[in-house]
Amino acid sequence: MTAALEARGLVKRFGGFVATDGVSLSVAPGARHALIGPNGAGKTTLVNLLTGFLAPTAGSVWLGGADVTRSAQHRRVKRGLARTFQINRLFADMSVLESVTMAVCERQGSAAHWWKSIGAHAQAVDAAAELLARLHLLDVAHAKTKDLAYGKQRLIEIALALATEPTVLLLDEPAAGVPTGESRELFETLLQLPRSVTIVLIEHDMDLVFRFAERISVMVSGAVLTEGTPAEIAADARVREVYLGQASHGATAGRRAAASPAAPPPGAAADGSVGLHE
Amino acid sequence: MTANVAGPLREAARWKKAEFAFWLLPVAAYFVFPSDLALLSQIAITALFALSLDLILGYAGIVSLGHAAFFGTGAYAAGLLARAGYGDPLLGLAAAAGVAGALGFVTSLLVLRGADLTRLMVTLGVGLVLFEAANKLTAFTGGLDGLQGIEIKPLLGTFAFDMFGRTAYVYSVAVLFAVFWLARRIVHSPFGISLQGIRLNAARMPALGTPVNARLMAVYTLAAAIAGVAGGLLTQTTQFVSIDVLSFPRSAELLLILVLGGTGSLYGALIGAIVFMTAHHLLAGLNPQYWQFWLGLVLIFVVLFARDGLMGALRRLAARWASRFATRRRVA
Amino acid sequence: MLTVLFDGIAAGVLLFLISVGLSVTLGLMNFVNLAHGAFAMLGGYVCVGLLNRLGVPFLATLPIVMLVSAAVGVLLERTLYWRLYGATHLDQVLFSIGLVFVSISTAHFFFGAQQQPLQLPPMLSGQFHLPGGLDVGVYRLFLIVVGLGLAAALQWMVVGTKFGATLRAAVDNPRAARGLGLDVDRVFVATFALGSALAGLGGALGVEMLGLDPEFPVRYIVYFLIVVAVGGSGNIKGSLYASLILGICDVAGKYWLPQAGAFFIYGVMLATLVFRPQGLFGRVAAK
Repeated sequence: MTAALEARGLVKRFGGFVATDGVSLSVAPGARHALIGPNGAGKTTLVNLLTGFLAPTAGSVWLGGADVTRSAQHRRVKRGLARTFQINRLFADMSVLESVTMAVCERQGSAAHWWKSIGAHAQAVDAAAELLARLHLLDVAHAKTKDLAYGKQRLIEIALALATEPTVLLLDEPAAGVPTGESRELFETLLQLPRSVTIVLIEHDMDLVFRFAERISVMVSGAVLTEGTPAEIAADARVREVYLGQASHGATAGRRAAASPAAPPPGAAADGSVGLHE
Repeated sequence: MTANVAGPLREAARWKKAEFAFWLLPVAAYFVFPSDLALLSQIAITALFALSLDLILGYAGIVSLGHAAFFGTGAYAAGLLARAGYGDPLLGLAAAAGVAGALGFVTSLLVLRGADLTRLMVTLGVGLVLFEAANKLTAFTGGLDGLQGIEIKPLLGTFAFDMFGRTAYVYSVAVLFAVFWLARRIVHSPFGISLQGIRLNAARMPALGTPVNARLMAVYTLAAAIAGVAGGLLTQTTQFVSIDVLSFPRSAELLLILVLGGTGSLYGALIGAIVFMTAHHLLAGLNPQYWQFWLGLVLIFVVLFARDGLMGALRRLAARWASRFATRRRVA
Repeated sequence: MLTVLFDGIAAGVLLFLISVGLSVTLGLMNFVNLAHGAFAMLGGYVCVGLLNRLGVPFLATLPIVMLVSAAVGVLLERTLYWRLYGATHLDQVLFSIGLVFVSISTAHFFFGAQQQPLQLPPMLSGQFHLPGGLDVGVYRLFLIVVGLGLAAALQWMVVGTKFGATLRAAVDNPRAARGLGLDVDRVFVATFALGSALAGLGGALGVEMLGLDPEFPVRYIVYFLIVVAVGGSGNIKGSLYASLILGICDVAGKYWLPQAGAFFIYGVMLATLVFRPQGLFGRVAAK
């Protein structure tokens, strides 16, 4: 069966620094695949390479069996590959409905229409409204993006990606920075996404990862350390040593972070130490 | 359900009462200032020029220090066409739009290659190269002396350009309104919204499937064509082309006008042109150095403290009135 | 032909003195300062004022010029420029254009529209007659010596001193530099002051070669921008090479192809911008 998304020997060098060191990854259609690893492991860089935000130094990217290594970002989106960003990249001054409708117009091919107003494009507005309803954003449809709470903004980030009707969706730390109270909405949304959408999830929140993922890839220093089912990964001593030691530190820290803002965010052991946990 | 949801979006695109009121002004001006029609024509032309810059700057977010290149190209195109015997004004405008638009298309390939700062300098460079070209090709352009001997035939075959400037004024305002109406449709369309998306978050747009460069090239070409039309109008209403239609000071002044009025609203461009040209006219008797000094100070002040220009100030005023009105209604 | 080369190098050196401040400012704080030429103009007018109205000897005016330019630079930076460090390039452009207008009209007001005359001291006038029949202008030689000397001193400062190291770190990656505890803001004020001082010096030294009138900032800003574009922003050595190349090309062009005018220069700039946005010598700096 053709993989929905595949990386073959991806390498990315920035001068002397190797950010991605021969990564090969295969994601089956309909999969729920998580990508974990300590900070600086190169997870976001990999997503950037897969989506075309960055060009690889070597290797190739395959989408639904087609080689898209040379394709521009927007062409990969048209082929069904979408992503969310770790830090929200939203349209601050636009209303929620406006931004999502804009994305839908792009998908429906009406984005270059210049005569009728966007509000008159009923098909696009309908689809956008439906999407917002699914994500429980309909009540803030006309609010300006910049006026909304962070949790809601994170949902808009996902809405924008979903508006492109992807077959493969790359989520870059969707729960990052979202207080525990608001993250449930987020989880529900992700769990309810249909099987027609293949999902690759980068996350530090181990709760989310183990509840959501069916396969997990562990990345360290730009390369894939190992890959397997959640049970296999949890049992893997190497993974525990490299990452899960910090992750449990991170999970507890995550819970503390929701209570007091002064606590470090999840996975914050940037110096790479396997921290002592409480 | 969706009819309600789409409501505010459609509402934004509808013509407001204030807009109708605004467009009565040029009509009124014709009767109130019959001896100043030449100046009023210039205001309309500058407004059109500023409108073209607003499309790329206020909506798409491209900073240009050389927009006069297209203005001047249109001016010379219309002028040279008239000198060659084809003095029909509408034909001249079509030529101006075509040539300037073509130049815009070609330069957009250069402009869009680089990032922010590079883009800025490329627009500056293109403007300068064109100015130098016009300076050297004196046979074509008349060089520093300008292009003369331009004869414009009557508009639509009947309305001759009279010495009171009546035909010129009505012509300029009509063209301004027609282009404005078109631009207004465009900025509320999905295309226009995607331009704002590019301005607000250029990195996100490709991730939504937008061919960013293609969009920007389209709007840059359009803006160049409109600037060309403005230049053509200038030539036709003054029957002369001066080389400073291509100059850097003209580009810089346009930037100032647009910022003064407020970017990203189309009306800001018009208001900025009106205020600037009127002030310039009233203060023209003053020492030109005083004018430039105060202009510089105003610009610094606007950038530091009143960044959204006159439109921003007007919007804040309108909001305050609206809330006072609402409280009064609530109390009553 | 060698005279052309010589004059070109002298012009290049002047360009370097004026442009280096702009290059570092741009590379350091990503600030587009189109008013940079105004500092050069200020230096020129201070020199001429002191020389013609107060009879101060030419060489003695130079340190004063540098001090005044630095002082004005710091004053403007602390009162106005700092407000726009995080602003968009458009805002910075508009602001600096406003500043240019103010400076031009001020110069007009105090000195009038005409070119300022400058009488060089006899020590610096005339020609050296070198063996082999080559005549070099004394002043040109003086410019080259001073300019290259300052360039060398700058390079030493950047490479050999702590301040220089801090500057390089801040240009390379301001956020990381701050994270390391480096006082990037103080570095910037110092750099701004130094850049303004050098620009003022360049303006004063350049009165004889480049002329001095109120339109100076507008007339030459393109040259300064070309130096930055070709040399790479934040790159001192690059600025020097770019200035020299530009100076030689400009003088040679005016000598051999007066028809071409400034075409060649603008063409080079456009070509560089399009094909190598980071300049011929620059690296793409981290953000």
